[in-house]
Amino acid sequence: MNVEPEVRQESIETEEVEKYSQWKDAWRRLRKNKMAMIGLGITLVVIFVAIFAPLLAPHDPYYSPVMEDGQAELSMQGPSLSYPLGTDRLGRDILSRIIYGTRISLIVGVITQLIALAIGITLGSVAGYYGGIVDDVISYFINVFLAFPFLLFAIAIMAVFQDPGIEQVFLALGLVTWPGLARIVRGEVMSLKEEEYIEAARSLGAKDFRIMTKHVIPNCLAPIIVTVTLGVAGAILAEAGLSFLGIGAQPPMPSWGLMLNAGRDYLRSDPRMMWFPGLAIMITVLGLNLFGDGLRDVLDPKMRD
Amino acid sequence: MLTYIIRKGAMAIPILIGIATITFLLNFVFVPGDPVRIAMGTNADPDTMETIREEMGLNDPLIMQYGRFIGNAARGDLGISYTTRRPVMDMILSRLPATAMLATSAMAIAIIMGVTAGIVSAVKPYSFWDYIFMSGAMVGVSMPVYWLGLVLIVIFAVNFNLLPVGGYGSYRHLILPAIALGSRQAAYIARMTRSSMLEIINKDYIKTARAKGLAEKIVIIKHALRNAMIPVITVIGTQLGYLLGGTVLTEVTFSWPGIGRMAIDAVFRRDFPLIQGTVLFLAAVFIIVNLLVDLSYGVLDPRIRYD
Repeated sequence: MNVEPEVRQESIETEEVEKYSQWKDAWRRLRKNKMAMIGLGITLVVIFVAIFAPLLAPHDPYYSPVMEDGQAELSMQGPSLSYPLGTDRLGRDILSRIIYGTRISLIVGVITQLIALAIGITLGSVAGYYGGIVDDVISYFINVFLAFPFLLFAIAIMAVFQDPGIEQVFLALGLVTWPGLARIVRGEVMSLKEEEYIEAARSLGAKDFRIMTKHVIPNCLAPIIVTVTLGVAGAILAEAGLSFLGIGAQPPMPSWGLMLNAGRDYLRSDPRMMWFPGLAIMITVLGLNLFGDGLRDVLDPKMRD
Repeated sequence: MLTYIIRKGAMAIPILIGIATITFLLNFVFVPGDPVRIAMGTNADPDTMETIREEMGLNDPLIMQYGRFIGNAARGDLGISYTTRRPVMDMILSRLPATAMLATSAMAIAIIMGVTAGIVSAVKPYSFWDYIFMSGAMVGVSMPVYWLGLVLIVIFAVNFNLLPVGGYGSYRHLILPAIALGSRQAAYIARMTRSSMLEIINKDYIKTARAKGLAEKIVIIKHALRNAMIPVITVIGTQLGYLLGGTVLTEVTFSWPGIGRMAIDAVFRRDFPLIQGTVLFLAAVFIIVNLLVDLSYGVLDPRIRYD
C-alpha cells in the first residue's frame, strides 16, 4: 500500500493526487470496519492455502491407495494422525483434497470474473459512452441475459458441452455474469461522460479509446471492484453447485462441489464426508462476501442494498 | 393502470423472444453432431432416424426451424422430448405443482423469517439480536443451499429420525427442502428489511406518529414497515431468479420430483428440447413474477402512479 514516492513525483498533476487520496482514504475507513477486516483475513488465508497447497497438503490429492496399490483398508478411514479428516472411498486424504480444492475454487472465481470483466467493461462502456442505437442494442442484450435465472442459464450452457469440465465452467459462468457488470459500467460511464474533465480531454483532441481507457474507466473502478469481489464469491458457489449436480468439474478433480456430491452417498454411514467440503465453501464465500460488503460501504455508498 | 400493465407486458415480449432465441441457438447451433443420433444412440436404425428427423423438421433450413420454434413457443408448444417422445409442455406442467409448492413454501418461509429478523434488528440496531440475525444472514448468504440441505438431512432425518430424508408426498417431505431453499432468500430479505427500516425509522412522520401517542407496535407495523417494504419487494423479485436456480439444487438433494430435477436428468440424457423448454418456461415465470412485483409497488405506495 506504500505509494508515497509515486505521489511526490506526480504531485503537480492534481488528478493523480485526488485518485491517490481516494484510495488511501478508502483503505483507512476499510481498516476500521471489523467485519471487512475479518473477511480480508479469511480471503488472504484462502489465497495462502491455494498458493502453498503442495507444501501444506500431507498427501497427494489424486493418489488413491485403494485403486493404485490395492490397499482396500484405507477406504473410508476415520480421522487419524496421518489422515486428519479421514479418507474417501478411494482412500484419498480428504484434508489434502480440500486444500487443493481452494485452488480450483479461486481459479474458477478469478477466471470467470476476468471473462465477465472483458465482456462487461467493453460492452458497458461502449453502450454508456456512445448512447443512441448502440446503447439500445447492447442494453437489450444485457436485459435478455439478466432475465435468465442465473444457475439455470449456466446449466443450459453446460448442457451444450459433450464432456463438461472445469474449462467449460469458466466459460458458462463468465457468460452468465457479464451482464451485471456491463449494466453497472454503462450507468457509471453515462454519468461520467458529462463531466468537465472528459470534455477537457476531448477538446484537447484525445481519441474516444484514450478517453475511455485513461479517464472514464479508471473513474468507475470502485463499483467494478465491489462487483467483482462479490462476483468471485458467486462464481465459487455456482461452480460448486454445478459440480455437485455432476455437470461441472469431473472426477478425480478435488472440487468441493464434487466432493459434496460423493458425500451424498454416505449421509447415513459417514456424514463426515460432506461436512468438510461444505464448510470450506462456506468459509471461503463468507470471507469474500464480508470483504466485498465492507468494500461497498467504503467505496460506493450508493450501491448499498 | 391498465395502460401501464399493457405497456409493461409489451416490454416483456422482446425479452422473451431474446431468451427464446438464445436457448434456440444454444441447443441447435452450438451442439455438435446430429441431435437425433445423440438422442437415439449410435446403433439406431438409419431409417427410423430419418423418419424422426423429418417428423421433427430437423431437415429444414435453420431459419425455418427458428421461426417455427418461436411461433410454437408463443402458442405454448415447446416441442417433443427426445427421450420420452411426449410434448415438453406436458412434462413441465406435470412437474409444475411440485416445484411451485417447493418454491412458494420456500419464499413464504424466507419472507416470514427475513422480515421478522429485519424488523427486530432495525428496531434495536447494534443489540444482541441484531448481531445474531445479521451474522446469521451473512452466513446464510454464503452457504450453498444443497449443503444446508445435506446438513438438515443428517440432523433431522438421519440422527433424530424426525423427518423423511427425501421424496414427495406429505407436508413432512416439504419441511426440510423448503427451509434449505428459503434460507438464502431469508438472509437477503432480512438484510434489506433492516437497512430499509433503519432509513424510514428516522423520518419525521415516524416521529409524528410516536408523538401523537400511537402504540409502538402500530408505528412499526403500520407506518414504518409498509413504507419500508418497497425495496424489500424488489429484492424478493430479483431473488426469485436465484430461487428458481436453487430449486434445481434442492430438488436433486431431496429427490423432489420437480422441474429442476427433470432438467438435470435431461442434461444427462442430452434431451435438448426438454432442457430448452424448461429454461424457457422458468425464465418466462421469472419475467412474469417480476412484472407482478412491479405492479405491486402501486398497491403498497399510492404515491407511485402508473402514467
